[in-house]
Amino acid sequence: MEVLKIATAGSVDDGKSTLIGRLLYDTQSLTTDKLEAIEKSSKQKGYDYLDFSLATDGLVAEREQGITIDVAHIYFSTAKKSYIIADTPGHVEYTRNMVTGASTSQVSIILIDARKGVIEQTYRHFFINNLLRVKDVIVAINKMDLVDYSEEVFNKIKADFQALNAKSSYKEQNVSYIPLSALTGDNVVESLGKMPWYTGQTILQHLEALESKDIYDNGKTRFPVQTVIRPKTEEYHDFRGYAGKLNGNNIKVGDAVTVLPSLTESVVTKIHFFDKQYDEAVAGSSITIELENDINVTRGDMIVKSNELPKIEKEITTTVCWMDSKKLVAGTKYLVQHNTNRVLAKVDSINNVIATDYSGTTPASQLAINEIGEVTIKLSKALYFDTYEENKSNGAFILIDPNTNTTAGVGFIR
Amino acid sequence: MSSVLKTNALESEAIYIFREVVSQFEKPVLLFSGGKDSITLVRLAQKAFFPAKIPFPLLHVDTGHNFPETIEFRDKLVAELGLELIVRNVQDAIDQGKVVEETGRYASRNSLQTTSLLDAIDEFKFDACIGGARRDEEKARAKERIFSVRDDFGQWDEKNQRPELFDLLNGKIELGQNVRVFPISNWTELDVWSYIEQEQIEIPSIYFSHTRKVFVRDGMIWSHSPFVYQDEDEEIEERVVRFRTVGDMSCTAAVESYAGTIAEVVGEIRQSTISERGARIDDKRSEAAMEKRKQQGYF
Repeated sequence: MEVLKIATAGSVDDGKSTLIGRLLYDTQSLTTDKLEAIEKSSKQKGYDYLDFSLATDGLVAEREQGITIDVAHIYFSTAKKSYIIADTPGHVEYTRNMVTGASTSQVSIILIDARKGVIEQTYRHFFINNLLRVKDVIVAINKMDLVDYSEEVFNKIKADFQALNAKSSYKEQNVSYIPLSALTGDNVVESLGKMPWYTGQTILQHLEALESKDIYDNGKTRFPVQTVIRPKTEEYHDFRGYAGKLNGNNIKVGDAVTVLPSLTESVVTKIHFFDKQYDEAVAGSSITIELENDINVTRGDMIVKSNELPKIEKEITTTVCWMDSKKLVAGTKYLVQHNTNRVLAKVDSINNVIATDYSGTTPASQLAINEIGEVTIKLSKALYFDTYEENKSNGAFILIDPNTNTTAGVGFIR
Repeated sequence: MSSVLKTNALESEAIYIFREVVSQFEKPVLLFSGGKDSITLVRLAQKAFFPAKIPFPLLHVDTGHNFPETIEFRDKLVAELGLELIVRNVQDAIDQGKVVEETGRYASRNSLQTTSLLDAIDEFKFDACIGGARRDEEKARAKERIFSVRDDFGQWDEKNQRPELFDLLNGKIELGQNVRVFPISNWTELDVWSYIEQEQIEIPSIYFSHTRKVFVRDGMIWSHSPFVYQDEDEEIEERVVRFRTVGDMSCTAAVESYAGTIAEVVGEIRQSTISERGARIDDKRSEAAMEKRKQQGYF
């Protein structure tokens, strides 16, 4: 079955949880017992409508404060597709959660309160979707019931957003605009006929029509080796297979390949998946490949087609989104995890902070949590990479603090 | 003729996660309950490392209140695949006075498993415990990471989780800490059943329709068994049932069903309006029951 990953972003009280609850409810994905729990809880709180946000807000603190504080994953399916929603909170201080949710998603839904229109938060949400190059963005203009289903209001918000879109650096992004009411369900799954002036798709119709694609299926073939499989059994005495997940594009038996960083050349002789062999595998496959000659390949190495070598350098210029309470400053050491490769790195310089409201950059010497900036990094060993724009999987990395082991930031190679 | 591998995104992701585990950790273990999710994990691990054998043991924390069919199935699977199985018994922890058995109508050994699990982690110095929990099961599990770090006491700090970006998994930990790994995080119950059907994976007989001695309490169908507390006025009757989820006899309710094959089970789940954990008595204790158990080191 096709799987479509979606990220949602919105400010507090934009009705994001209600929209998700409504999607679940109208696709009959809420089970009787969950529905009963929601009814019971809504009643206890004295609400006169069903509080669908209770379907998604998982942690005790969230239920107490009535807000979403971490990425929650929500699942629903139609006859056509399985959907995975990464629901991320919209506070300014939670940029890291939004980046996390958007990193694995093909589609992003940005919620706007029709009464408030495009606000600073909207800029930030859209900026992150540009930065991470999320292919499809749905601008969901919610609470249309509170503005008398006004076409004028919708058009004004759409025009404001289009002005914002003009500033985006990711021109291939598909942006669509849908007026709706999550509370009443209008234009979520079906149209309730209150907005005859809108003849476009509902949210679900739009999602159903999108083609699910591996988000890394967007460039040259990259095969980062995860582990070497050597059974050392009688039957497979000399077997030596390189296991990994294929990114970027396909690979075929007979392809001339180069192993990085050694630059050793070879040829793909076999492609295995479990107990069967194939002539070709497409991006996204977790396979095991055998090469012609007995060469030394280990975890962290990368197999690429010989006529498509990536860049191999010991210094990279990147856009970093910082996620740790300890600030990023020049001179500090971190581990760079890039595909299956981990390299000790030193922050050479922080060049600027990038405003997430499209107002430009300001010179800076440090990055605080939830700030995004340009950072130059020196590596103890060369990385073999593409720019993030060319190849998502081979252009992104995380920074691990060697003292706390935490994932302190994410970077996009320029 | 040229053959192109058609890839299943969820399967491919799970295999990728298994391979990250053996590369990033010294001593992984697969937590095996004998339920359909852990059986699916075993198949995925086979696929990840074929033609080599699965490079880590299975650990079963046995409450002593399992369905006998589950234990029989476990032993058969382990023998067939030549796997290493470690069993630790909750009964031992009770005998040693480490935990106290619950009493009363809703007595269950489910939450007592945590102590035996943490002891086994300590004994074998496991640094990664692979489990079959899925995010769609329960609202606290919806917040779980794929690599979920636990401190020396096995505790989950839900407010301080590492962000997981793209498919980059950070398994760096201190000595004494361990990581819980969930390769089928993104699968739904239906995904698991469809996979079992597609792969023709064998599962214990209690997942299929059978006649069983049961009694009804709070609208749920409980198994009649020496392990399950039963009031005198709770009448035993025979019903045609099956189980959608398999935990202890004392915390797993049956559903009435005539589904006798995997195809029929899949059909039933597509139609069902009750969630899988709706049949888990242990989750009904309070709205935050799972979150509280997880903070203490439960799976």
